[in-house]
Amino acid sequence: MQQIFNFFIKNSTKLLFLLLLIISFALILRTHTFHQSSFISSANGVTGYVYENVNSIKEYIHLKPENDALALENAELKEVVFNQLTAQDSLEMNRFKPTVDEEVFSVIVAKIIRNTFKTKENYLTIKGGEKQGIESDMGVINSKGIIGIIEKTSKNYATVQSILNVESRINAKIKGSNHFGTLQWNGENTGYVQLTDVPRLADLHKGDTIVTGGISKIFPEDIPIGIIEKAFTTESSNYFTIEVRLFNDMTNLGYVYVLKNNYIEEILDLEEKTHNE
Amino acid sequence: MNSTAFSNIARFIALWAAQVLIFNNIDLFSFINPFPYILFIILYPTNGNRALLLVAGFLLGLSVDMFENSGGIHAAASLSLAFVRPSILKFSFGISYQYHNLNILRKVTSDVFKSMEVFTYLALSVIIHHVVLFILEFFRFNFIWEILLRTLLTTIATLLTCILIIYLIKPAKK
Repeated sequence: MQQIFNFFIKNSTKLLFLLLLIISFALILRTHTFHQSSFISSANGVTGYVYENVNSIKEYIHLKPENDALALENAELKEVVFNQLTAQDSLEMNRFKPTVDEEVFSVIVAKIIRNTFKTKENYLTIKGGEKQGIESDMGVINSKGIIGIIEKTSKNYATVQSILNVESRINAKIKGSNHFGTLQWNGENTGYVQLTDVPRLADLHKGDTIVTGGISKIFPEDIPIGIIEKAFTTESSNYFTIEVRLFNDMTNLGYVYVLKNNYIEEILDLEEKTHNE
Repeated sequence: MNSTAFSNIARFIALWAAQVLIFNNIDLFSFINPFPYILFIILYPTNGNRALLLVAGFLLGLSVDMFENSGGIHAAASLSLAFVRPSILKFSFGISYQYHNLNILRKVTSDVFKSMEVFTYLALSVIIHHVVLFILEFFRFNFIWEILLRTLLTTIATLLTCILIIYLIKPAKK
């Protein structure tokens, strides 16, 4: 017994080092394997508050380009509204429209207070959390295209797994066709992502638009992502790997829209029942 | 509370704040961020409590991690640096540094441009910290060249920033 105590006293520093090292490795493994622990992430109250204040300075500097982007988006939306009005006036199409009693996706606006793009696993922090109705696994987009998926939420803040994250997998397709693929990032260039698993039969050309696919519960169909820069395939493979140039400059983002699927619980419930049978 | 303890706590807070508010936002060439917060570990008194340094280094790294969404990589890297610091001291200043009652803060701040010993000490500390940091950050071996490149460039950036900070906090000559 005495010897055990002596051993501990003699090696106390080494044991302390090992203990702390194990703790930090456990934290690292947690972030690499599954969802982050919510305490050591920028979605908690303290870090969110600090980033919000730092961001207010940055926001002031980027005020003009941000205003321009919003004005442009306004113009586009106005165009859509005006065109719809005239179409409905001249033709009575309402009878043939499918009736939807409730909108499928509701939109929550949020501000980015922290954006990272220099590592392999990038996250954004947004102002807006459970109070605003934001939950895990909601889609995040802006006027130009797709940004990522909500990862963790706290009362007032949330973190977003960026599409520039090697762990990210998003269902996408070529606009106008129904050839689906998986959108992922190889961790190299912040302006490009890769679309894999597109069948070799697909008719695609350089410059075609890539949009989100319809089989996702997170994103509605036809949200723009980017355009095809180049597509290649090997002799033995039946699938294309497509280099996609993003519409968004992921290094320069301001406001985003969080998409909430109002039927998500119904869908998940149904799927669970199906699996259980 | 004596003045050494007080100045160490002040340095801890000041370096942490500077790291989180300023240096994490530099993004030089969009991927280089210097990490001068490790100056706290570098300038910790040589006769101070070792266990306390380990705990303080761990907490400093963890608080940087919280803001970077990086799990525990800074905590692990700072902890490793704090643990091997006596060996680095021995290597740079000779085996007898303990008996000369080396005042590391005064030595580093006054001799940063003059003595090779101080530069070796700084450079070794920064390199060890960054190697651990970037290996843990990438966590995959197929990025080995990128790890080496990032380590090299960030080491240079951190060294320059550290020397700049040391030069700024240098006491005026009497």
